[in-house]
Amino acid sequence: MAELTGVVGIGQTKYAAKRAELSMPGLLREAALRALEDAGLTWNDIDAVVIGKAPDMFEGVMMPELFLNDAVGGAYKPMLRVHTAGSVGGSTAVVAASLVQSGVHDRVLTVAYEKQSESNATWALSISMPFSVATIAGAGGYFAPLVRGYIRRSGAPDDTGIRVAVKDREHALKNPLAHLQLEDISFEMVANSPMLWDPIRYLETCPSSDGACAMIFANEELARQAPNPVAWVHATEMRSEPTMFSGRDQVMPQATLDNAASLYKKAGIQNPREEIDCAEIYVPFSWFEPMWMEGMLFAPTNEGWKMTYEGATKLGGELPVNCSGGVLSSNPIGASGMIRFAESALQVRGMAGEHQVDGAKKALGHAYGGGSQYFSTWIVSSEKP
Amino acid sequence: MSEQESDANEPVEMLRMPVELDYTYSAGTSASRFLRAFAEGKLLGQRCPVDGKVYIPTRGSCPQHGVPIDGEPVEVADKGTLVTYSIVRVPSENIPLELPYVAIQVVLDGADTAMHHVLSECELEDVHMGMRLQAKWKPREEWETSVGNILYFIPIDEPDAPYDSYKEHI
Repeated sequence: MAELTGVVGIGQTKYAAKRAELSMPGLLREAALRALEDAGLTWNDIDAVVIGKAPDMFEGVMMPELFLNDAVGGAYKPMLRVHTAGSVGGSTAVVAASLVQSGVHDRVLTVAYEKQSESNATWALSISMPFSVATIAGAGGYFAPLVRGYIRRSGAPDDTGIRVAVKDREHALKNPLAHLQLEDISFEMVANSPMLWDPIRYLETCPSSDGACAMIFANEELARQAPNPVAWVHATEMRSEPTMFSGRDQVMPQATLDNAASLYKKAGIQNPREEIDCAEIYVPFSWFEPMWMEGMLFAPTNEGWKMTYEGATKLGGELPVNCSGGVLSSNPIGASGMIRFAESALQVRGMAGEHQVDGAKKALGHAYGGGSQYFSTWIVSSEKP
Repeated sequence: MSEQESDANEPVEMLRMPVELDYTYSAGTSASRFLRAFAEGKLLGQRCPVDGKVYIPTRGSCPQHGVPIDGEPVEVADKGTLVTYSIVRVPSENIPLELPYVAIQVVLDGADTAMHHVLSECELEDVHMGMRLQAKWKPREEWETSVGNILYFIPIDEPDAPYDSYKEHI
């Protein structure tokens, strides 16, 4: 029987295009200190540190965990670094939680980050290979053809993506940490923004952000001493699949469907749409909201867009999605998955501030990465399982 | 030198420090055969021994089944069907194409995997899924052991492929 594990502390930096006043270690430390403060703990209370970030090519700093570990109190303690492309923030949280669930450690700090102002992600994601022609300009270049595939198979109205983009930026106005604060966001503003990777418009894409997110996990006994409410980890799950193989469903990969089914089984959830109060889903391009509504089994195949269209995913709707503003409003890539996990925990702790979902008891955190090939998810709750 | 003094008091926030990475790629048996065939204007794939699907290019193993793909090569056509695409208006330092360009996934006739390439000699508003395409090769005297021998794909005068015939590749 695994140890019951809870989130006792969460710390996030302010997300911005450029946190020039902070070094990379400073960025992580800001998030970690806020997590310690939330948990009422000091560095000495932490048994191990788990660091996550997206590809090292982004900032050009190889193995950054080597010089970041001491900044987050990891000197002389066990330290691990996790990498699973864009989903890394989620899988880092899963690994950190597992160290407590397994009984290996009692209290673990995890931090994930990206400093995009010191990075060129589009360059790093547009690498030439000797056996293929370089045509894919950054993540948008990779995902735009898949979005077109989703629109074709689902028959979703063309403006579904615009609606998601507006909704998430409206949510971001209620989250002071969110990078994008677009006071005058509107349907027209998104619709009229330039087409970058047709069918993806400029305002349907995520920004480039600097930022870090930290969480502290504790076992049941230590979690009881926490000064603030605890988010109990009911289940975690991860899946992967190859980027390319014959007959691969690139729009709705088997790995996401397997991940969702297994996560809900572990968490004892029969009907996710009814039993989950809110979700933080990794949506770097607006169309991925309807796609992952299907990928996480909230909607039948080809009907995820209806949830967006009906307003179900708005704050106050049936299943509010990305009340924090989501990846569309803040995207420090390596941290973006962990922010999804942390924000879901904040919701069930009742500590989400102005973007709090009233009475949220059970929430989903989700991240994906690579060529839609890595998935990491969890279910957290205000109640013990 | 008052200007220098004020500079001395400014914090150094960012230094531009480019890194370079040159590497030697060991192509291996499968990719070598694929690239040598390219130098003769031929497109060679290979079948996965588990499900018989034709992979092009092959990289020596099947990513799905984790088995070697080492059987006889299968020649595939230099024409095929546009499966999905994006019109790209975002520059990348690594991609020497004029904007906008049409990034496509094309399944060549006789192949069971989609290839990433570029569509040209086509009005942007005419690009659509299912359209039939043909490779535009460099002049023969410029052929090398390189995928660059195909410059881009162009539309051909054939009826569109039905959606059901290519939807498994998206």
